[in-house]
Amino acid sequence: MSTVPLENTKPLLTDAGEDGPPERPALQKRVKQRLTSRTATAAAVIIAVIWTIPTFGLLVSSFRPEDNIKGNGWWNVITDRQFTLENYADVLSPGGSQSPNLLSYFVNSLAIVIPGTIFTLVLGSMAAYMFAWGRFRGKDGLFIFVFALQIVPLQMALIPLLQLFTQVLKFGDFQLLPSGTYAQLWVAHTIFGLPLAIFLLHNFIAEIPGEVIEAARVDGAGHGTIFWRIIIPLATPALASFGIFQFLWLWNDLLVALVFSGGGADVAPITQRLAEIQGSRGGEWQRLTAGAFVSIIVPLAVFFGLQRYFVRGLLAGGLKG
Amino acid sequence: MEDIAEKGLQVVVGLAVFAAIIGLIMLVVDRAPKSGREKVQIAGFLAPALVLLAVGLVFPALQTSYLSLTDRNGDFVGLDNFVWMFTQPEALVTLRNTVIWVVLVPLLASSIGLAYAVFIDRARGEKALKALVFMPMAISFVGAGVIWRFVYAYKGPEQDQIGLFNQILVWFGQEPKQFLLDAPENTLFLIAVMIWIQTGFAMVVLSAAIKGIPTEIVEAARLDGASAWQQFTNVTIPTIRGSLIVVVTTITIGTLKVFDIVRTMTAGQYETSVVANEMYTQAFRAGEPGRGAALALVLFLMVLPVVVYNARLLRKQKEIR
Repeated sequence: MSTVPLENTKPLLTDAGEDGPPERPALQKRVKQRLTSRTATAAAVIIAVIWTIPTFGLLVSSFRPEDNIKGNGWWNVITDRQFTLENYADVLSPGGSQSPNLLSYFVNSLAIVIPGTIFTLVLGSMAAYMFAWGRFRGKDGLFIFVFALQIVPLQMALIPLLQLFTQVLKFGDFQLLPSGTYAQLWVAHTIFGLPLAIFLLHNFIAEIPGEVIEAARVDGAGHGTIFWRIIIPLATPALASFGIFQFLWLWNDLLVALVFSGGGADVAPITQRLAEIQGSRGGEWQRLTAGAFVSIIVPLAVFFGLQRYFVRGLLAGGLKG
Repeated sequence: MEDIAEKGLQVVVGLAVFAAIIGLIMLVVDRAPKSGREKVQIAGFLAPALVLLAVGLVFPALQTSYLSLTDRNGDFVGLDNFVWMFTQPEALVTLRNTVIWVVLVPLLASSIGLAYAVFIDRARGEKALKALVFMPMAISFVGAGVIWRFVYAYKGPEQDQIGLFNQILVWFGQEPKQFLLDAPENTLFLIAVMIWIQTGFAMVVLSAAIKGIPTEIVEAARLDGASAWQQFTNVTIPTIRGSLIVVVTTITIGTLKVFDIVRTMTAGQYETSVVANEMYTQAFRAGEPGRGAALALVLFLMVLPVVVYNARLLRKQKEIR
């Protein structure tokens, strides 16, 4: 069976230059001439346009006055050039209970996602380090078991986990993870992120040369010192890749938020609010267009700013669904 | 503003508690008596992640399996929930839709992604063309839901259309259509959203694989007089077969679990529900945790063979390498 080593499939978006690798220009050029016919390029451009138009239409609409959005299609901006920032002011401002109040939810998203990502990275890399370099019986079996946990869809855990948080971890009036705070979401996201985190970080940490770690051991360093002084600095690229991936995944989550956030402006993330507005006021396009853009601006910024790491994380995380 | 300050405080407290726990573990691990130190250190590093996984994933998954055999009062009812799922018309529609999703999305997203990757390979402006199609990957399903609901937006025939698709229908002299309401084809319009998102993933991975094909092979095929199509079927496809399978299986898993798109665009009404959405509706909206658990279990059983196949393939590749 012919296979492609997955590691080779890593020339990333930014690495693959427009003209291919420079070392074999002549050959490259001839091949290029043969393969990139005009029809192929035309077809590609058509696909690219189809793929971009929906987002573009939303962006244009978000800057149009309410009456225009509801009155005619966004393509009419060619003749009717009226633009406003009103929609953004409207969706972001606190206002009354009817207003989208998105700034509040935007803050919630950050407050959920940043600790959620950090917790997963720290706990995941600690476990990954021990699976890679610790010596204990049953290590391989335990690691395979953790790896296999990726199979379990988080739907399988939702109902009992909610019961656990609200009923079991409650001692009199004291709730270990109080409802109406971010705590439940942090813990839930960390749990669901750990199997993939441990697996990916293990693969990277296991590649760190053994001599480095042995040398530190001989000098009398314990696991704690080795982990913080050697492993973490050396594993930074992997931590960054997975961190970005986890960040986006949490930012875009809806299901976990729906189950654990309660839904108010105190805790719920922006995705949940946007889904709510869609459900209750699906025709308020001036709010939906601007709101959608507020919610996707962070992932888009991360995407365009850190494309290289994003793609690397994606290629490495091929198993995650 | 004080609202934001309070949320910030919550995050700071959360991070501080987490840091304190980790710090405590490190302290204990470092001060452990020499004789059992290695064991204490290993336990200290592994325990947080493993306890969370056991309490938050393994145990809940088992509990869900049991829950699927109970009714809304928690009484044991055997396989009633599964009988319901495979006999009631509305539940059958859910299963039918899931099958349609899982056939169409991987097939079309991978095909279009592959075609696009081939078309733009070494074309001018490859980077930009890639970014355009890849961008939807960064957008949340909720955001994508807004974008596409806007594309499908409907106005009566006597009004100006604001949705692009209906405007195109009108330009061609057709009546505007309720894309999301008219069953059964409305499921196809939801599926289009998922294809829009997943094509970028397929394209990036497959493009990287295509770049890994040695130029010599392509050149040899060309010298033998192979046409572009023959090169594609006889050289490209067999060489990237491994990556192709990974892409198809990964998209399959993601499609089986699809929830947000259906939830935000139709909430599963108008005969568009899928298993993951119905699971949420039954467990958290309809007060039927037993049925929800049964649906989660079915989801797990559908994902299982795909993941196992995927994992075995990855291992095989590793061995060959």
